[in-house]
Amino acid sequence: MSFFQMAKTVLSSMFKKPATLNYPVKPREYDPIVRGHIEIEIEKCIFCGMCQRKCPTGAIKVERAEKRWAIEPFDCIQCNNCAESCPKDCLHMHNTATPANENRDLIRDARISVDAEDNKDS
Amino acid sequence: MGNRTIVPFGPQHPVLPEPIHLDLVLEDETVIEAIPSIGFVHRGLEKLVEKKDFQQYVYVAERICGICSFMHGMGYCMAVENVMDLKLPDRAEFLRTIWAELSRIHSHLLWLGLLADAVGFESLFMHCWRLREEILDLFDMTTGGRVIFSVCKVGGVRKDIDAEKLKKIVEVLSNMDSSLRSITKIFLSDTSIISRMSGVGVLSPEEAFDLGAVGPMARASGIVVDDRLLGYGAYPHVKFEVQTATEGDCYARTKVRINEIFESISIIKQCVSLMPSDTAIDVPVKGNPDGEYFARLEQPRGEVVYYVKGNGTKFLDRMRVRTPTFANLPPLLHTLKGVDLADVPVLVLTIDPCISCTER
Amino acid sequence: MQNFKIIGKDDLLSVATQMKYDHYRLAQISCTKKDKLDLVYSFVKDYDLENIRIELEFDEEIESISGIYSYAFLYENEIKELFGVKIMRISLDFNGTFYKIKKTESKNGEVAQNG
Repeated sequence: MSFFQMAKTVLSSMFKKPATLNYPVKPREYDPIVRGHIEIEIEKCIFCGMCQRKCPTGAIKVERAEKRWAIEPFDCIQCNNCAESCPKDCLHMHNTATPANENRDLIRDARISVDAEDNKDS
Repeated sequence: MGNRTIVPFGPQHPVLPEPIHLDLVLEDETVIEAIPSIGFVHRGLEKLVEKKDFQQYVYVAERICGICSFMHGMGYCMAVENVMDLKLPDRAEFLRTIWAELSRIHSHLLWLGLLADAVGFESLFMHCWRLREEILDLFDMTTGGRVIFSVCKVGGVRKDIDAEKLKKIVEVLSNMDSSLRSITKIFLSDTSIISRMSGVGVLSPEEAFDLGAVGPMARASGIVVDDRLLGYGAYPHVKFEVQTATEGDCYARTKVRINEIFESISIIKQCVSLMPSDTAIDVPVKGNPDGEYFARLEQPRGEVVYYVKGNGTKFLDRMRVRTPTFANLPPLLHTLKGVDLADVPVLVLTIDPCISCTER
Repeated sequence: MQNFKIIGKDDLLSVATQMKYDHYRLAQISCTKKDKLDLVYSFVKDYDLENIRIELEFDEEIESISGIYSYAFLYENEIKELFGVKIMRISLDFNGTFYKIKKTESKNGEVAQNG
């Protein structure tokens, strides 16, 4: 009896759509609230260091004098605390995973961009 | 007297997702004694409480276990909230209860899959995990995390579930019902599964009490104990039955867990319909915890005890977790006596071991 | 607020026997290491929780309750290894090998101290 039960499940599975996605062709769509990785709008940042204090793992380093904001993505636990505490609202949580990159420093540091620095000087 | 052999079981073993080491003393094919040793994944999380402030520690507490992650965060928050005398808004309690019960469904489905795998029923394993994936998608949608939710905080929750998403949760759970029933029916009626589990590792009610079993392990032996009846969260507002069985063997433990899945679905549906319209989900936290408290709550695996001791600064003095697997080890060691070596993997699995929890 | 009954270390065995007689189950044993060793034994009966606290100096010895509650041996071995509490006569004493940590560290409970 129970054999036929399982056979029924197997048979119906044969005609159903697969439960998995045809991945590289059809990428997964994440809900907007999914916490993937943090990005900064460095132009708006005032280097107050609030995010550094709120970060439970100490992944964020802010150096006010050098106007430098850096995150160690491997330490980040995607808790969204920094984005919630930012007074200028310049940190954003994106719903995709940290993008792969060959240059480790590029991921780790989001220094103030050269253009923005030029604009400030002028 | 036959030949005595000592067979090391674990820390790496195909059926064990986590490292526990058992020295099995065998007489021919029968286990006559089992000696455990743990500590392969000891992470010193209890000590870490002195380095992180009490708000940040929620994220550490959540990482004690990857499966009952939400309930660890919730237990820690409950303990701190009781020390600080915070009264949560009703909506926060209901949201926590919904997430906690969804975690229970996801944990039990994961366990059913592992059990199917341990008895050698690979396709059933896939079916269980396919259903579990739908629950994980609900987590993705409501909390933003698949496994680690980071939605609990001292004084409430960090995210609200709006009406639309609540409707979606109920819809997904209702659609799951028929496939869940057909799959769980296989566990309960398939001859090969029954012959693997029935009568293996019997734990009588007296033994279960004497050895301090908790959770489904105790309930399968006929002990009615469920910490949800303590009245934390939104449990006082919903109706549910404590699922028990009387046989005390592996089959009974499977039956209890399967019934709990359906009970959890009914709890979630009740929570959604009773959800307070008041939108406050947290209370402001002022000051630092000073005092101590033991919080107890029912995890998928059983009772967890959280002890928090504050000293008036933002760093706690001590945080202790007694996880359900730690309490279920002695019953496991007892039931291992007298079973065949081939039944050991299934029996070890039916306590739903979570060794990372156990060692913290 | 929960109650913590403070008892002397010599009363432990008689209190534990009484608890066992009253059908309490041992929920946990915890240890806090500050300026003193602070052991808390929690007993649970249905939904009541009773806590018993014992304060010890660092080198004081304490009896094991594993003769009364057989499963206490896990907690006692853990406390003995991680905090260096001198618990005597545990029914199944692992002598520092319950947690597979480097032996040189676990001897005096230094692991817990160094984090």
